[in-house]
Amino acid sequence: MNHVANPTGIGASVKRVEDLRFVRGKGRYTDDIRLHGETHAYIIRSPHAHAKIAKIDTSRAAAAAGVVMVITAADLAKLGGLPCGWLIHSKDGSPMKEPKHPVLAEGKVRHVGDSVAVVVAETLAAARDAAELIEVDYEPLPAVIDMSKAAAGPALHEASPNNQCFDWHIGDEAAVKDAFAKAAHVTKLELINNRLAPNAIEPRAYIADFIQATGETTLYTSNQNPHVIRLLAGAFVFQMPEHKLRVIAPDVGGGFGSKIYHYAEEAIVIWAAGQIGRPVRWTSDRSEAFISDAQGRDHKTVVELALDKDGKFIGLRADTLANVGAYLSTFASVVPTILHATLLAGNYTTPAIYCNVKAIFTNTVPVDAYRGAGRPEATYLLERVIDLAAIETKRDPAELRRINFIAPSQFPYQTPVALQYDTGNYGRTLDMALAAAKYKDFPTRRAEAKARGKLRGIGIANYIEACGIAPSAVAGALGGRAGGYESGAIRVNPTGSVTVMTGSHSHGQGHETTFAQIVSDKLGIPFDQVDVVHGDTARTPFGMGTYGSRSIAVGGSALIKAMDKIIAKGKQIAAHLLEVSDQDVVFENGAFTVAGTDRKKTIGEVAFQAYVPHNFPHDKLEPGLEEQAFYDPKNFTFPAGTYICEVEIDPDTGVTKVVDFTAADDFGRIINPMIVEGQVQGGLAQGIGQALLEHCIYGADGQLLTGSFMDYAMPRADDLPMFKISTTDTPTPCTHNPLGVKGCGEAGAIGSPVALINAVVNALSEFGVKHIDMPATPQAVWRAIQTAKSKT
Amino acid sequence: MYEFDYTRPSSVADAAKARGDDSSYLAGGMTLLPTLKQRLARPDKLVDLSGLAELKGISVAGGTLTIGAMTCHADVANSADVKKAIPALAVLASGIGDPQVRNRGTIGGSIANADPSADYPAAVVALNATIHTNKRQLAGEQFFKGLFETALEPGEIVVKVSFPIPKRAGYCKFPNPASRYAVVGVMVADTASGVRVGVTGAGPCAFRAKDMEAALAKNFSADAIANVAMPAKGLNTDLHATAEYRAHLVGVMAKRAIAAALG
Repeated sequence: MNHVANPTGIGASVKRVEDLRFVRGKGRYTDDIRLHGETHAYIIRSPHAHAKIAKIDTSRAAAAAGVVMVITAADLAKLGGLPCGWLIHSKDGSPMKEPKHPVLAEGKVRHVGDSVAVVVAETLAAARDAAELIEVDYEPLPAVIDMSKAAAGPALHEASPNNQCFDWHIGDEAAVKDAFAKAAHVTKLELINNRLAPNAIEPRAYIADFIQATGETTLYTSNQNPHVIRLLAGAFVFQMPEHKLRVIAPDVGGGFGSKIYHYAEEAIVIWAAGQIGRPVRWTSDRSEAFISDAQGRDHKTVVELALDKDGKFIGLRADTLANVGAYLSTFASVVPTILHATLLAGNYTTPAIYCNVKAIFTNTVPVDAYRGAGRPEATYLLERVIDLAAIETKRDPAELRRINFIAPSQFPYQTPVALQYDTGNYGRTLDMALAAAKYKDFPTRRAEAKARGKLRGIGIANYIEACGIAPSAVAGALGGRAGGYESGAIRVNPTGSVTVMTGSHSHGQGHETTFAQIVSDKLGIPFDQVDVVHGDTARTPFGMGTYGSRSIAVGGSALIKAMDKIIAKGKQIAAHLLEVSDQDVVFENGAFTVAGTDRKKTIGEVAFQAYVPHNFPHDKLEPGLEEQAFYDPKNFTFPAGTYICEVEIDPDTGVTKVVDFTAADDFGRIINPMIVEGQVQGGLAQGIGQALLEHCIYGADGQLLTGSFMDYAMPRADDLPMFKISTTDTPTPCTHNPLGVKGCGEAGAIGSPVALINAVVNALSEFGVKHIDMPATPQAVWRAIQTAKSKT
Repeated sequence: MYEFDYTRPSSVADAAKARGDDSSYLAGGMTLLPTLKQRLARPDKLVDLSGLAELKGISVAGGTLTIGAMTCHADVANSADVKKAIPALAVLASGIGDPQVRNRGTIGGSIANADPSADYPAAVVALNATIHTNKRQLAGEQFFKGLFETALEPGEIVVKVSFPIPKRAGYCKFPNPASRYAVVGVMVADTASGVRVGVTGAGPCAFRAKDMEAALAKNFSADAIANVAMPAKGLNTDLHATAEYRAHLVGVMAKRAIAAALG
């Protein structure tokens, strides 16, 4: 690594190059793209949560003005279902129930918003008008909404008579039983992790363009992983050779997981464009997004923690019901299992852990990964039960956590739930957070608030996350149907500028800046000479895309690997030009130098010669300076940290105000502190949204009652405090990737909800309140106070 | 939305003439346009009132503050005249929706729509306002008849709203965390015709809390209503608040409104 101070290298808060276009409204999102002769698709969606389709009559719609074609499931008989990317086996060894997720409903609808038919027309208005002429005869069935009653309800899918997708477990059940038998204290808690709507600011949008001359289809998609979409759509839904499908994910306005998946509407526009030989576009509106974008969380858990007389955790047991919705979305099965239960050791030495997860089909929108994906759920239940144990055993919540920490000397640390943590220093982030939050002075602040009639509470949470599913061999053994690698290619252009091609994708993360910083740092090339290309399967090598805070750890490492190859090749070229041996050439500060001399060739000179190789020994040295690498990580990375939240509750109204929030994170080495801080801020806002405001509520009939921003409360600036964020301190760099980086995109959303709820419960401690479910709305808090008062 | 005709008349008389049985007046459009976009309404014609000069402006004369129906919330919130005459009304307007809504939504549109959670109805009732239409004058208290229902006859246009300036008044609302409409909003006003308490958000339409008024007439302080309970019967229940919680909030917001009135 290049250690010369580089103002645009690793560690510098370089301003985001992408913001120049975003803040000026010059971004190019899918819906901004206009193609010649395009048509508009409108989806007819089910108004029922569960119903048989007796008959669909499209004749009037097909004859309506401006209509190009009408599509129902009958037209798509040759297409496969939308595939699920991860196979989970139940504890009895049987594979998960994987009923077909058809592109358009086949004989039955299974959630409000399920896609039933499509009108393609010259204008969107004509498509909508014609859609109203489609007559669908539904025979409504009772809806299965409550997970705990799903087994007794009508089956959504024939393949799953009891509506259970799988019954999975991990850990040593007998060892946990023994631990509980000898426990000095057991704390038990029932809780829910509330269902969330992702609500990326850019709704999903797709355009498919079929070129008859070549037989190629181009899909423009608001998506986080274009290569994965090409694979899923091409290989599974269409059985189309991948070189005939190009997928472009241009500027994308946020994803948070919801744009990882292959959605029905993508398949619809691809199919329709091929049929009519004209481009077909579809853009979701906000109301559609609420009933068709995969949602997040929705767990119901009973958790028990066993402690010995000294407060050491000796056993943990969790029993979780996970709602997967009406169909298995692309990664629905891995979220509540591999990404959830394997995190239950948290930052602690708990020796015996057992977790059972039953995934349940319900007549609701499919549930899949949402910022954090399983890890917020794990952190929530663990850090809630620890907090309650601290109350019950009369211990300081910070100290109870501290005495159970995995010590720095214990790394690498093998947890009882599969993961091996490479490094960490949890006491350090706890100390950083306690100091920044002035934890010791809290009683003074509480008393001062009390004098103003407010209930002040403080809540602590530690978190650990596992980023970058790895290695591919382990992922495969656990049921992953793809690997966890990433690609990177470096093209040093003839005049010394660099084009970086990455398989990961930026939709808010700022990769165009951070990836360029890595390259500028390592190759000694000015930052503004580096362009990052992503989001186009025709321009980038096959890659897995961006989710799970993996891009810098996996995608960044792939770039390092590719640049190592560039440097090795550059040394050969320089050695040839300088007429010395390869071994005598060193690369530093952007130049290839004959060691111990001032004879050198800059990387620009080497690049130029690489493309005009008049006298290269072509048997030994190829022209060109372009290299590609695929990096498969040796392990997950394990960012960790401590969050401390302070709230004030107005007892008259139940309103909770977050008055202070401290985040101390260990993300390993940091490329761009400003961008990392922004990622944490956004994550905290989403986590606070989950804890205080957001909730997808379904009625018993399966109608989404919070289907617009009139009822679904998103966090706004005035719901949030000024955050105290420590991101520049790096207690423990990752040990197994070349950058020492860990990932930072989800931490804020993982650690903050539980810190906030712990603070709310702490504020309500004078009423003896032990728990409150998310979201802690004013009414819920007020009611908790009233209920507590009526008991005394 | 469905197709419709559009007209923008320049006088109230033309506007009234332009309206047919299936057409709608368009004021700020804050409710109507989303409804049209979702195809929940299908007017054959929109009669846009934004060209009517008679419906604009804020004036103070003879102890009365008068606000033209097409005055947007931001103009009310920022008006020096309103801030001086009835500061509580400026406070109310400044808390409606968000900046976009405040710069498009109008007082006339708000009261004519009679959303049970809108803010202005509390002021209309509490301040004993008079609604001037193109046909007559209506007392504020008689204006709201129920959920999205007013005393306006088909085709009748609100021209302006006049508010007798009270001795003192205060407004406090508990916003819906999602929409920022009033879950409960209470205006308490000490007026020439006695103390009046207008409540919005809690019931099907704005109403007066007369038990509170009686207590406040004797003693205009928050303590005076400490033991005046608001019955939950007949109040709204939705995702965000049960009738019982709303009833409780009426008391809390009323006390805070009194504190605001007392400055």
